[in-house]
Amino acid sequence: MEQLHMREWSRFTPQQRIQRYVGLALAALVVSWALGSINIIWAWVWDAPNQMGDLFSRMVPPDPANLEAIAKAMWETVNLATIATALAVVLSLPVAYIAAQNTTPNIVTLWIGRFILVSSRSVNTIIWALLFVAIFGPGVIAGIVAIMFRSIGFLGKLLGEAIEEIDPRPVEALQACGASHFKVVLYAIIPQVMPTFFAVSILRWDINLRESTVLGLVGAGGIGVILQGAIDTFNWQEVSTILIAIIALVITGEIIASRLRSRII
Amino acid sequence: MSAAPDHWRKQPFIANPVLRYGLYAAALVYLLTTVATLPIDWERMAQGVVRAGRIFGGAFPPSFERSGLLIDGFMESLKIAILSTVGGLLLSVPIAFMAARNIAPLPIYYLGRATIILARSFHPVIVAIIFVKAVGFGPFAGVLTLIVYSVGFVAKLLAERIEEIDPGPVEAMKAAGASFLPTLFYAVFPQIMQRQIGLGIYQLDSNLRASAVVGIVGAGGIGSTLANAFGRYDYDFALAITMVIVGVILISEAISGTIRKRIA
Repeated sequence: MEQLHMREWSRFTPQQRIQRYVGLALAALVVSWALGSINIIWAWVWDAPNQMGDLFSRMVPPDPANLEAIAKAMWETVNLATIATALAVVLSLPVAYIAAQNTTPNIVTLWIGRFILVSSRSVNTIIWALLFVAIFGPGVIAGIVAIMFRSIGFLGKLLGEAIEEIDPRPVEALQACGASHFKVVLYAIIPQVMPTFFAVSILRWDINLRESTVLGLVGAGGIGVILQGAIDTFNWQEVSTILIAIIALVITGEIIASRLRSRII
Repeated sequence: MSAAPDHWRKQPFIANPVLRYGLYAAALVYLLTTVATLPIDWERMAQGVVRAGRIFGGAFPPSFERSGLLIDGFMESLKIAILSTVGGLLLSVPIAFMAARNIAPLPIYYLGRATIILARSFHPVIVAIIFVKAVGFGPFAGVLTLIVYSVGFVAKLLAERIEEIDPGPVEAMKAAGASFLPTLFYAVFPQIMQRQIGLGIYQLDSNLRASAVVGIVGAGGIGSTLANAFGRYDYDFALAITMVIVGVILISEAISGTIRKRIA
């Protein structure tokens, strides 16, 4: 009985415990460094709840006066996202084809494909939009091209992975029958990646719908233009109307996307 | 079915021909009408090639002359990312508990879910622009924005993890007469800690990326530096910044991937 009381239960060995404490201490150190050296005016921080409260009190009630223009801009946003997604889907097909190890013609094309994917994905839509607004001027075109450039990397990467995972046997069977390269792609590869293709396109459309709501803030069309206008004129009641409209759009988009996805897969 | 067909035809994706061609036609009509009705200034677009040439001409070679500014911007982005990740992780714990169906009573559950949906609906840039208006330009607005962004993601996944926990330890604690808080600490937290740390590392990486973007609307960090460079037509500096952003993102992605693989 005495012995039983002596036994102490513990989750970690002493070594694990030391590791955990060192980890925690390091994390605390990094956080205090960040907190101590960041360029924040603390008086503003203490005032922030007041300011936020003030802002929200200005936002209610939402003012629907400009609803027609908002609805129009919303429709433009949806179209912008949809067209950009459609174009990106088409353009990502050859990229995915050369970025997949089992279909790429040679090592040079493989690296070209990978380079396109990485550079497209690592630059954010807004940064693409800044560039294309400078090139094409403010407007929908800059937005469409920005979203397209960003989406190609995402779509191409996921499609490329799907191509790499296909069952090689149909490919071999067709090759054994003497089918041309084009027919191998058409009958052995495309049917296998079709479900991924649709699922990924729908997912990207949903993401693009969100992204296209902010393009206007850098001048690239859509609802963001109106939002920026309302913010610049301190029309906070209109801002809240727009924000509600954006929530509605995003949630609707998500519902549509999940419905379509469950239909297809 | 008199003779076996000697030609095999590929199965159509949608079996019903009316629906299939109807959908194709509808998609085509939609595309044509929207492209036709979008407010596009074709003339301006035609000049785009020339302008692109000028921009890229101005951007090459990238200029690292003001690398001090670049490094300052990046350090600020890093600090924003760290602080917002910590804030987001802490805040997401209570919200995740509110949004877990097996822990929270129904009204609180709906409140938690609504908070998560609200935090997820807005693109960080929209949240940033509102915080910039409310609390002023600078990194503080960035930290607040990314806290909201982190809560939307971390709380959602953490709530899902809480819903999946093994109820055994919880029942054991309750049977031993433990009250609510000790049950959380000894039966629930040990089961979700690992997930929370993994999410934290992922979110740090994700916040570092996002901090570059929210800076463009004035919320501090490297994004502000980039937006300024663009605004002053300083394209060679802008290219240098973009290249460094891409490099840092790739490095941080690799680091966070390695860490997550090791702790998983």
